[in-house]
Amino acid sequence: MALLSFERKYRVRGGTLVGGDLFDFWVGPFYVGFFGITTLFFASLGTALIFYGASQGGTWNPWLINIAPPDLKYGLGLAPLKEGGLWQIITVCAIGAFVSWALREVEICRKLGMGYHVPVAFGVAIFAYVTLVVFRPFLLGAWGHGFPYGIFSHLDWVSNVGYQYLHFHYNPAHMLAVTFFFTTTLALSMHGALVLSATNPAKGEEVKSPEYEDTFFRDLIGYSVGTLGIHRVGLLLALNAGFWSAVCIIISGPFWTRGWPEWWTWWLNLPIWM
Amino acid sequence: MLTLSKLTTMGALALAALSLSACDLGPKKSEQGGFRGTSVAQITDPDNTIDPGTVPPPPYELPPPSGPKASEVYQNVKVLGHVSQEEFDYTMAAITQWIVPADAPPEQAGCNYCHNAENLADDSKYTKVVARRMIQMTQNINQNYSNHVKKTGVTCYTCHRGNAVPKYVWTDPKPSDGRLMGNKRGQNTPSPVTAYASLPLSTASMYLGLDAKAARVQSKTRHPTTLNLKGTKDAEANYAIMMHLSRSLNVNCTYCHNSRAFAQWGQSSPQRAQAWYGLQMVKNTNQEYIHPLTSVFPANRLGPQGDPYKTNCATCHQIQRKPLGGAQMAKDYPALLTLGPKGAVPGAAPAGTAPAMPGMAAPAPAAAAAAPAAAAAAGN
Repeated sequence: MALLSFERKYRVRGGTLVGGDLFDFWVGPFYVGFFGITTLFFASLGTALIFYGASQGGTWNPWLINIAPPDLKYGLGLAPLKEGGLWQIITVCAIGAFVSWALREVEICRKLGMGYHVPVAFGVAIFAYVTLVVFRPFLLGAWGHGFPYGIFSHLDWVSNVGYQYLHFHYNPAHMLAVTFFFTTTLALSMHGALVLSATNPAKGEEVKSPEYEDTFFRDLIGYSVGTLGIHRVGLLLALNAGFWSAVCIIISGPFWTRGWPEWWTWWLNLPIWM
Repeated sequence: MLTLSKLTTMGALALAALSLSACDLGPKKSEQGGFRGTSVAQITDPDNTIDPGTVPPPPYELPPPSGPKASEVYQNVKVLGHVSQEEFDYTMAAITQWIVPADAPPEQAGCNYCHNAENLADDSKYTKVVARRMIQMTQNINQNYSNHVKKTGVTCYTCHRGNAVPKYVWTDPKPSDGRLMGNKRGQNTPSPVTAYASLPLSTASMYLGLDAKAARVQSKTRHPTTLNLKGTKDAEANYAIMMHLSRSLNVNCTYCHNSRAFAQWGQSSPQRAQAWYGLQMVKNTNQEYIHPLTSVFPANRLGPQGDPYKTNCATCHQIQRKPLGGAQMAKDYPALLTLGPKGAVPGAAPAGTAPAMPGMAAPAPAAAAAAPAAAAAAGN
């Protein structure tokens, strides 16, 4: 495969975390590295196990395939393979693959001499996943509190967990997470619309510079965060969405067991009203 | 000097401390209710359990059902005339212990709470007329609603717990006075009735009262059609009564429902069917036994709309899955387990003293015979 003109600049040796020069090579355009190998290992094993689980599950309908966690009675111990053990191994594989990928990103960042923004951002997504399948089940004392791996089945899990707290919209961290998710999409849509309109001018006109973009938002809302700033805002909003999602689920159960509306009675019970 | 950043830090710390203090720390208990991974489960905090209450011991050993009947020994015995005099006395002693407040003034203490001390057969005290009907109500529940109360059954104590009026009761709400300012439209008020959600507060009278209707909001067809004209407000009322059920039993929605398909009986737990029978029981109790006593109660025993205090799920359950933690109590009071023989229940008002009570004839247990399956056939 031919090397693209700018690719030579990216192919820098060194900067690895583990393995020294051993895995410091490229396959085609792809950097391998020690963590590329571990990613490949965990991802292949996990996927193969999901297919094995599906083969034992009675349906190949992709919507209905379900790899469920163990019964609560197994607590934090190992479960038989076909009674949740598979879910446990697949969870280990998933975490192994996700963390390996994040560390491979770290190595690439080191090669390029850039900040760790990308692996940190991905780390927040991994943190949310690990919260769901490790931290919260651990705090509640059973792996069975993790969510099942299946398209419909994980949605059923989400619904039932919500209704375990009667009205999940009263969960304060859920409120924050939902607000951040919506604001992320709002910011992305406005940013995308702005870039598309600046780069697709009317016939005969030139592509507009960032000054035009800034002027548009200064006219509209009195302020423009700028071309670099919008990406910082986007990252802040997106990471908060994932982070507060993790918070909203980890407090549901380990730190609060009743309906979420009732949690707000702390406000009614403040001494200033009494 | 306090800088702005210091103030902000202190504020953030105070907020964090407040929200932590609103949380339940410590290990939790979980019970699985459905297939693994469905998250049909009850998670509870052992540090925050609610005392199920203790069952008071019988007044003395249950006497044998032999000997002269109460109706042969006493006068004006209308609902317990068929039991032996000794068992009648035993039951009266128990009821006194269950219902008469311990701090009642002497003229109302003990038997005097319901009886005229000069003549125990006299029906001049309203409490006696009410108590008689309540005994029939208890018998009706034990005899005709065993789908709900099973072998455990209920006694007066299940609801009363030493109070003249049970702790968990409801009356019809005051209708809106039409003001605009500060009018909450019967909702948006933090109340244990709706488990503190902003849902409508008066749904007990909608679903459990005199004109009770079935809670049906889900469409059975795709797309909006004229087959179901229920709107968001109906759904909120439905949600509110379900919040009441959850809170009364201290369980979450997944105790009865798989929330992926709330209405489907086939995906619900057996507890849902038992709750359905319970709702029929509560409606029957309010409609046939309590509401007809409206004219008997004095004004201080009526709500703002002039209706008597009625039952809902919490009246018996009192924030427990099984009232009194499922303690077997009714078996010690056989007189309360079945309705008296027909004919022994004249039903109508007592001679002369109390006003007539419409609709006090023996209740129709027909509702109890219907099954959730019938409800399923009818729609949900």
